[in-house]
Amino acid sequence: MTYTALALTMTLVAILFDLFVTRSRMVTRKSFWNAYGIMLFFQLITNWWLTSRGILTYDEDVIIGARIAAAPVEDLFFGFSMITMTISLWIFWGRKGIQRR
Amino acid sequence: MLAFTVVGSFWLEVIFKVGVLRRIKRAALSILPVASIFLTWDYYAVSSGHWFFDKSQVIGIYGPSGIPLEEFLFFIIVPLAGLMTIEAVRAVKKTWSFGDEK
Repeated sequence: MTYTALALTMTLVAILFDLFVTRSRMVTRKSFWNAYGIMLFFQLITNWWLTSRGILTYDEDVIIGARIAAAPVEDLFFGFSMITMTISLWIFWGRKGIQRR
Repeated sequence: MLAFTVVGSFWLEVIFKVGVLRRIKRAALSILPVASIFLTWDYYAVSSGHWFFDKSQVIGIYGPSGIPLEEFLFFIIVPLAGLMTIEAVRAVKKTWSFGDEK
Protein backbone atom coordinates (compact mmCIF):
# COMPACT_ATOMS: atom_id res chain seq x y z
CA MET A 1 0.00 0.00 0.00
CA THR A 2 1.13 3.56 -0.61
CA TYR A 3 1.60 6.00 2.26
CA THR A 4 -1.42 7.91 0.91
CA ALA A 5 -3.70 4.85 1.06
CA LEU A 6 -2.43 3.81 4.49
CA ALA A 7 -2.83 7.32 5.93
CA LEU A 8 -6.43 7.60 4.73
CA THR A 9 -7.25 4.08 5.92
CA MET A 10 -5.83 4.72 9.39
CA THR A 11 -7.70 8.02 9.64
CA LEU A 12 -10.94 6.13 9.00
CA VAL A 13 -9.88 3.40 11.46
CA ALA A 14 -9.13 6.05 14.13
CA ILE A 15 -12.54 7.70 13.71
CA LEU A 16 -14.37 4.34 13.84
CA PHE A 17 -12.24 3.31 16.85
CA ASP A 18 -13.21 6.52 18.65
CA LEU A 19 -16.92 6.27 17.82
CA PHE A 20 -17.58 2.54 18.18
CA VAL A 21 -14.73 0.86 20.08
CA THR A 22 -13.88 3.25 22.92
CA ARG A 23 -17.15 5.15 22.39
CA SER A 24 -15.40 8.27 23.72
CA ARG A 25 -16.76 10.19 20.69
CA MET A 26 -13.90 12.70 20.86
CA VAL A 27 -14.37 13.63 17.19
CA THR A 28 -17.79 15.07 18.14
CA ARG A 29 -16.38 17.30 20.89
CA LYS A 30 -15.21 20.90 20.70
CA SER A 31 -12.69 20.16 23.47
CA PHE A 32 -10.93 17.61 21.25
CA TRP A 33 -10.86 19.84 18.16
CA ASN A 34 -9.38 22.69 20.19
CA ALA A 35 -6.62 20.43 21.46
CA TYR A 36 -6.11 19.06 17.95
CA GLY A 37 -5.77 22.57 16.55
CA ILE A 38 -3.02 23.34 19.05
CA MET A 39 -1.23 20.08 18.21
CA LEU A 40 -1.57 20.66 14.47
CA PHE A 41 0.18 24.02 14.82
CA PHE A 42 3.13 22.36 16.54
CA GLN A 43 3.11 19.42 14.17
CA LEU A 44 3.58 21.80 11.24
CA ILE A 45 6.67 23.26 12.96
CA THR A 46 8.22 19.87 13.77
CA ASN A 47 7.29 18.44 10.35
CA TRP A 48 8.98 21.38 8.69
CA TRP A 49 12.07 20.89 10.84
CA LEU A 50 12.37 17.16 10.16
CA THR A 51 11.68 17.38 6.44
CA SER A 52 13.40 20.60 5.39
CA ARG A 53 16.65 19.51 7.06
CA GLY A 54 16.47 16.14 5.39
CA ILE A 55 16.30 14.21 8.66
CA LEU A 56 13.36 12.42 7.04
CA THR A 57 12.93 11.91 3.31
CA TYR A 58 10.02 10.29 1.50
CA ASP A 59 9.72 8.11 -1.57
CA GLU A 60 7.89 10.31 -4.09
CA ASP A 61 6.21 7.22 -5.57
CA VAL A 62 4.15 6.43 -2.45
CA ILE A 63 2.85 9.95 -1.73
CA ILE A 64 0.40 12.12 -3.62
CA GLY A 65 2.97 14.93 -3.79
CA ALA A 66 1.12 17.72 -2.01
CA ARG A 67 3.26 19.20 0.77
CA ILE A 68 2.42 21.40 3.73
CA ALA A 69 5.30 22.99 5.65
CA ALA A 70 7.78 20.90 3.60
CA ALA A 71 6.24 17.57 4.69
CA PRO A 72 3.84 15.33 2.73
CA VAL A 73 0.19 16.06 3.45
CA GLU A 74 -0.09 12.37 4.44
CA ASP A 75 1.83 13.18 7.63
CA LEU A 76 -1.11 15.20 8.90
CA PHE A 77 -3.36 12.15 8.58
CA PHE A 78 -0.72 9.99 10.28
CA GLY A 79 -0.57 12.45 13.18
CA PHE A 80 -4.32 12.85 13.40
CA SER A 81 -4.99 9.12 13.54
CA MET A 82 -2.28 8.48 16.16
CA ILE A 83 -3.32 11.33 18.44
CA THR A 84 -7.06 10.65 18.06
CA MET A 85 -6.70 7.00 19.04
CA THR A 86 -4.47 7.87 22.03
CA ILE A 87 -6.76 10.58 23.41
CA SER A 88 -9.84 8.43 22.76
CA LEU A 89 -8.29 5.60 24.82
CA TRP A 90 -7.22 8.03 27.58
CA ILE A 91 -10.82 9.21 27.94
CA PHE A 92 -12.03 5.59 27.79
CA TRP A 93 -9.79 4.59 30.75
CA GLY A 94 -10.91 7.68 32.64
CA ARG A 95 -14.53 6.66 32.18
CA LYS A 96 -13.60 3.18 33.46
CA GLY A 97 -12.32 4.85 36.63
CA ILE A 98 -8.59 4.34 36.03
CA GLN A 99 -6.68 7.29 37.50
CA ARG A 100 -9.58 9.60 36.81
CA ARG A 101 -7.80 12.41 38.68
CA MET B 1 12.55 17.86 17.44
CA LEU B 2 11.83 15.60 20.43
CA ALA B 3 13.42 18.15 22.75
CA PHE B 4 11.24 20.86 21.22
CA THR B 5 8.13 18.73 21.83
CA VAL B 6 9.14 18.10 25.45
CA VAL B 7 9.87 21.79 26.07
CA GLY B 8 6.70 22.80 24.24
CA SER B 9 4.33 20.58 26.19
CA PHE B 10 5.77 19.46 29.52
CA TRP B 11 5.47 22.94 31.04
CA LEU B 12 1.72 22.26 30.98
CA GLU B 13 2.40 19.76 33.78
CA VAL B 14 3.77 22.55 35.96
CA ILE B 15 1.55 25.49 35.05
CA PHE B 16 -1.81 23.77 34.53
CA LYS B 17 -1.07 20.72 36.71
CA VAL B 18 -2.47 18.50 33.95
CA GLY B 19 -1.26 15.44 35.88
CA VAL B 20 -0.54 13.22 32.90
CA LEU B 21 2.85 12.07 34.23
CA ARG B 22 1.30 11.50 37.65
CA ARG B 23 -1.31 9.24 36.02
CA ILE B 24 1.37 7.19 34.31
CA LYS B 25 -0.61 3.93 34.35
CA ARG B 26 -3.53 5.49 32.50
CA ALA B 27 -1.08 7.18 30.12
CA ALA B 28 0.74 3.90 29.44
CA LEU B 29 -2.55 2.07 28.82
CA SER B 30 -3.46 4.78 26.31
CA ILE B 31 -0.10 5.22 24.58
CA LEU B 32 1.39 1.72 24.33
CA PRO B 33 -1.41 -0.06 22.40
CA VAL B 34 -1.58 2.78 19.89
CA ALA B 35 2.23 3.08 19.69
CA SER B 36 2.47 -0.62 18.84
CA ILE B 37 0.07 -0.17 15.92
CA PHE B 38 1.95 2.85 14.61
CA LEU B 39 5.35 1.23 15.12
CA THR B 40 4.09 -1.65 12.98
CA TRP B 41 3.15 0.91 10.34
CA ASP B 42 6.58 2.54 10.71
CA TYR B 43 8.29 -0.84 10.42
CA TYR B 44 6.36 -1.57 7.23
CA ALA B 45 7.07 1.91 5.82
CA VAL B 46 10.81 1.74 6.53
CA SER B 47 11.03 -1.83 5.19
CA SER B 48 9.20 -0.85 2.00
CA GLY B 49 11.22 2.34 1.58
CA HIS B 50 8.31 4.78 2.07
CA TRP B 51 10.57 7.01 4.15
CA PHE B 52 14.23 7.17 5.14
CA PHE B 53 16.17 8.57 8.09
CA ASP B 54 19.41 10.47 7.49
CA LYS B 55 22.02 8.36 9.26
CA SER B 56 24.23 11.42 9.86
CA GLN B 57 21.47 13.19 11.82
CA VAL B 58 20.45 10.46 14.28
CA ILE B 59 22.26 9.20 17.37
CA GLY B 60 23.02 5.91 15.65
CA ILE B 61 21.25 3.35 17.83
CA TYR B 62 18.91 1.21 15.75
CA GLY B 63 16.13 -1.25 16.44
CA PRO B 64 14.56 -3.78 14.04
CA SER B 65 14.48 -2.78 10.37
CA GLY B 66 16.90 0.07 11.01
CA ILE B 67 14.43 2.19 12.95
CA PRO B 68 16.44 4.78 14.94
CA LEU B 69 16.09 5.09 18.72
CA GLU B 70 14.62 8.57 18.19
CA GLU B 71 11.74 7.05 16.23
CA PHE B 72 10.79 4.78 19.14
CA LEU B 73 10.90 7.76 21.49
CA PHE B 74 8.71 9.70 19.03
CA PHE B 75 5.87 7.25 19.61
CA ILE B 76 6.05 7.88 23.38
CA ILE B 77 6.83 11.62 23.54
CA VAL B 78 4.35 12.84 20.91
CA PRO B 79 1.30 11.04 22.39
CA LEU B 80 2.34 12.21 25.88
CA ALA B 81 2.35 15.78 24.56
CA GLY B 82 -1.09 15.09 23.06
CA LEU B 83 -2.51 13.93 26.39
CA MET B 84 -1.04 16.98 28.13
CA THR B 85 -2.64 19.19 25.48
CA ILE B 86 -6.16 17.77 25.93
CA GLU B 87 -5.78 17.97 29.73
CA ALA B 88 -4.54 21.57 29.45
CA VAL B 89 -7.65 22.42 27.41
CA ARG B 90 -9.70 20.82 30.20
CA ALA B 91 -7.85 22.92 32.79
CA VAL B 92 -8.69 26.12 30.91
CA LYS B 93 -12.23 25.24 29.73
CA LYS B 94 -13.80 23.69 32.80
CA THR B 95 -17.34 23.65 31.38
CA TRP B 96 -16.54 21.78 28.16
CA SER B 97 -17.31 18.09 27.90
CA PHE B 98 -14.51 15.55 27.47
CA GLY B 99 -16.49 12.36 27.87
CA ASP B 100 -15.00 10.97 31.09
CA GLU B 101 -16.63 13.19 33.68
CA LYS B 102 -18.87 11.60 36.32
